[in-house]
Order: sequence, then structure tokens, then C-alpha cells
Amino acid sequence: MTDIASLTEGIKADFETLIERVDLVNSELTVIVPAKHIRQVCLMLRDQKQYHFDMLIDICGVDYLHYGKSEWETNQATRYGFERGVKRLGTEPPAFDLAAVTDSPLQRFAVVYHLLSIKHNHRIRLRTFLNDNPPVVDSVQDIWKSADWFEREAFDLYGILFDGHADLRRILTDYGFIGHPFRKDFPLSGHVEVRYDKDQERVIYEPVDIEPRVLTPKIIRSNKHPDPSVEKKNV
Amino acid sequence: MSSIRNFTLNFGPQHPSAHGVLRLIVELDGEVVQRCDPHIGLLHRATEKLAETKPYNQSIGYMDRLDYVSMMCNEHGYVLAIEKLLGVTPPIRAQYIRVMFDEITRILNHLLWLGAHALDLGAMALFLYCFREREDLLDCYEAVSGARMHATYYRPGGVYRDLPNKMPQYEASEWHNKSDVTRLNRAREGSLLDFIEDFSKRFPALVDEYETLLTDNRIWKQRTVGIGVVTPARALQLGFTGPMLRGSGIEWDLRKKQPYAVYDKLDFDIPIGINGDCYDRYLVRMEELRQSNRIITQCVEWLKKNPGPVAIDNHKIVAPKREEMKGNMESLIHHFKLFSEGYCVPEGESYAAVEHPKGEFGVYLISDGANKPYRVKIRPAGFSHLAALDEMCRGHMLADLVAVLSSQDIVFGEIDR
Repeated sequence: MTDIASLTEGIKADFETLIERVDLVNSELTVIVPAKHIRQVCLMLRDQKQYHFDMLIDICGVDYLHYGKSEWETNQATRYGFERGVKRLGTEPPAFDLAAVTDSPLQRFAVVYHLLSIKHNHRIRLRTFLNDNPPVVDSVQDIWKSADWFEREAFDLYGILFDGHADLRRILTDYGFIGHPFRKDFPLSGHVEVRYDKDQERVIYEPVDIEPRVLTPKIIRSNKHPDPSVEKKNV
Repeated sequence: MSSIRNFTLNFGPQHPSAHGVLRLIVELDGEVVQRCDPHIGLLHRATEKLAETKPYNQSIGYMDRLDYVSMMCNEHGYVLAIEKLLGVTPPIRAQYIRVMFDEITRILNHLLWLGAHALDLGAMALFLYCFREREDLLDCYEAVSGARMHATYYRPGGVYRDLPNKMPQYEASEWHNKSDVTRLNRAREGSLLDFIEDFSKRFPALVDEYETLLTDNRIWKQRTVGIGVVTPARALQLGFTGPMLRGSGIEWDLRKKQPYAVYDKLDFDIPIGINGDCYDRYLVRMEELRQSNRIITQCVEWLKKNPGPVAIDNHKIVAPKREEMKGNMESLIHHFKLFSEGYCVPEGESYAAVEHPKGEFGVYLISDGANKPYRVKIRPAGFSHLAALDEMCRGHMLADLVAVLSSQDIVFGEIDR
């Protein structure tokens, strides 16, 4: 296996002008690439001998709308123990304001690519943030054929458009589905339900009658690691 | 003069050789496939979105239901990703148990695949043979977790409990008389490990039995040799992993190349094919059955000699023992908090991949420091394989499409998620 540290250094040197940031955490290499350079970076990573990323393992859409937002506010109860949930924040998180975040480094949508090199036995993760509305990124389908369905999936679930994709259709959701179900503002129970209607003698769509609810509230605690001793070690 | 048009055929979603709920739109010129367009998603349950609304541990059960013929391997990928973020390593005994059950799972998966593949190509008997052995292995699942399929046995930080000292036994009933029961219970007198040891001794002869039926069978070869050929370069382009990639002659196995758990301490070989056709993929999987059996033998030997803890001793992540929970206030609190709120995972992201029986099964987790994952992305192995179906089938006969499809070892639980 190629040394991950030397790979990191190599990437930093070779892609200096094309990438935003390189992180090496838990021996996983993450590179943040601006959307406009993604094709060029991918091509170089595939074709340059020292990288030789011959395989695209995965493409994953991410919606950062609720990132870092708790559903409960908590208070510290003891020094090391659990904290107490004290105040329930609104069940409906605030609507997303695109203009407010374009200046911050975190934008709403991201596409994450996982690449693997069989030859050198190393992996890399590319992440590109998208701030257009609708989010658009160049397709890498012609660089790796396996991107085809993964891009269709990201389009289907997040509404991310892949410019240059030959056949960007929905893939996982139903025929005639409306919306992009994995977006954080899409309710878990969905918008419509189906049933067979006896009078009309066909399957009909109706607005869903389930009240959206939270079973286990999302809580972000100030002592980030469940085990304080591990946390100290990692720092 | 009337013109001749291609015939468009709808295949599935309810068809026995569609391996679940695949719908194919096949364009045929006579009997030759010109184009095929798989329509998937009929089994889409939004597992990833569901996992985002639940504490980490409550989604382990969903992982079983992804690829529902290799349950524990899915769990392994998921718990590895969590462990990576938490920065914990399970005890060595837990790792051996996981490897042993991963390999049992691989045998389970390959047996089902072999039976179904043979059935698709017209060999009925093999299906019955394979299910005979699957029964024994499912009993192992049951003995260790209480469930025959959806085990939820792997937990972040270890496994749910240690291997049982007693194997459940058959009792005489309307369907089994006394002598039947004695025969069935022969290997079940001792512990689970004794039972698995007995199985691993019997198993190579059983694989020989399957091979006698198929490997040199003229009809079998006519149906599989030269069908669905994928060159090594194409296999990489198409994102193939696992037996599909190895069948095309690329030596790549995560258990060897990027070892996790204790695979680096075990001795086994990686079979690869030459031609990249259905027959080679069949041969690769047959050899994997034998190699998995070899790994199981080594694990059983180690596990018999080395007792020890099977989960880390950190009750913020692993639930305290029930006995402790009943008698100790602190443990009761831990127990309650773990099963209601769960634990918060440090902010960050991780990708953990395991060599699943079908290929690389990866779990990509993003945590924002909460008790629920922010994003779970499951990288199913079969997804890229099925995406290549069109390319693999073009120019073949309709009947070969079935051979190619079943040689991909497709399970819709994981493809549709």
C-alpha cells in the first residue's frame, strides 16, 4: 500500500491550483475540489501514473441543510456523565436560506466521490460543494463508466444535476415521483401514499395521513466523545 | 414491403429469474438482445434516510435487510465505519468471531447463489443440495443471535454476546422420528464451535458433490462458457468488485489487500479467473467456498483456545450485562441512555469497506457530532454490477441474459436499499 502521507503530499503539490483543501483524518484522505475543476482533477487522478485511480467506487450526494443542528438543547448535568435535554427546539428546523450561507465554507449540497487505485492500493475521497440552484456539477460518466448509475441516484435522491450525463433519469424512486426524497427538508413519511380504490378500480395517490414525528431527538453534546479518555487520546 | 422492427420485451418485475424485483426492458432482434434497460428501485425502502433518523445502534438491523443473504457482512461494514469514527477497536476474540461469521455468511451467500444460478440454467437438483447445507449454517446464526437471518449480532465495540456452549437440538415430533432426531443431533451434542468444526470437516466433500454435478457438465459449460465476457480493463471501468472482478482475472480482495479484523493473521488464497465469463465467475465462487471453509477452520481452532471478552468495556458504547443492569444504578442509567438516546459520535466522516460475498460493500458515514448519523451512504456491490448488465448482454441470446444476470449474484435488498 502506498504511504498515505506521501500521497497526501503529492496531491498537495500537484493539484495546488485546482483544489481547495486536503485533509488527512484517520488515514483517510479527503480533498475538497471546487465544482468547476472536478473533471480536470478526476482525469488527472485517473491518468497520471503515480495516482492511477482506475476505479470509481462510489458517488454520494449530501445535503448539509441541518448539519450541526440539534433537535434538543441540552445542559451539562455532571462532569463526565450524560447531559440533560432541557428544551425542545422547534420540530421544523428553520427554512434554508441559500443567500445566507454562500459566504460560509459550508454550502447546502455536496457530491462526494470515492476513488480506488487497484494498482497502488490507495483510496481518496473528493468532495465538491455546489451552491447553484439547482445544484449542477460536471458528469464524470465518460471518465469512469461506473459513474452512470451513481450519478442517476444522486440526481434522483438529491436533485443534483450532472452536466454531460447521457441519460439522467430517476433510478430508485417510483415512476412519476415528485421531489427529491433524501433532501433534509423532505419528510421521512413522504408526501403521498397509494391505495387501491374500489370504486375507481385502480390504485390512487392520496396525501399522506401520517403526522411527521421525531422518535429519538437528535442531540449534539458538548463532550463530543462518549468516552472522555478516548477523546483525550485523539487530541 | 413491410419493415421489420425490433421487439421490445418487458421482463419482470415478477419473474422467478429476475432475482427479486428487477424489471428489464429488453429490445430484441429475433432472439438476440440489442439493448436492455434495468428498472430498479421497486424494493427501495430509503434505508439510508431511515438510518439518519435513528441512533447509530438502531440501524444495525437495517443492515441485515440490505443484502438479505449475507446479513452479517453488511453489519460488519456498518459497525466498522462507526468504530472508525469512535476510535475504538473491538477485542481480538470479537474480531475472530466476526471473521468466522463473515465466512459462514460467505458460504451462505454463495450456496444460495449457486442453487439459484443452477436453477436458472435448468439444473434443479443443486438447489436442494445447497439448501441442505444452508440449513446448518442458519442454525449457527440462530444459536448465536436468536435469529436465523436478521441477526443484529455485530455491535460497535464487539459482538452482542459470546458463542454459546450448547447447540440447540432437534426433538422428536410428527415429522421427525427418534432415529431421525438422533441422526440430526449427532453433531449438536457439543458447543457451537464443535458444530461448526464438524461442518467444516464435512463441507469440502459437499463442494466436491456440487462440482461433480456442474463443473464438467456439458450442458452447464454450453450455457456458461464464453457468456457475458468482461475484460479486466472493462471490469475496472464498470466498477466491478468481488468475484466479478476476480472472475475477470484481476487479483483484488480487500481481505488481502486492505485487511480488516484479523484477516491478516489467517491463511487463505484468492482464486481468480482467466476469461471473465460466467463459467470463470462460477469457478471463482466455488473455490471461495473452499477458502472460506479454510478460514472458518482456523478461526474455530483459535476461538477454542482463547477465551476472552467479546466487547469493549465501555458502557457508553456497549450495553452493560443484564445482570449488572439489574443490580447497579450506574449500569441501569447506561443501559437506559444507550437504548433510548444512544451515544454521540465525534464529528467527522469515515468510509469502511468490507469484502462482502458480492464485492466491496462500503459504508460512508458523516457525523455532525450527534447521536444519529448525519448521512449514511451504503455502497452496494451489486449496484455497479447490475449497471453493467446492458453492456454484458448485448449480442447475446435472451436465454443468456438470464445466465449473465444470475452470474452477477444480484440481490435487490442491497441494490435498491
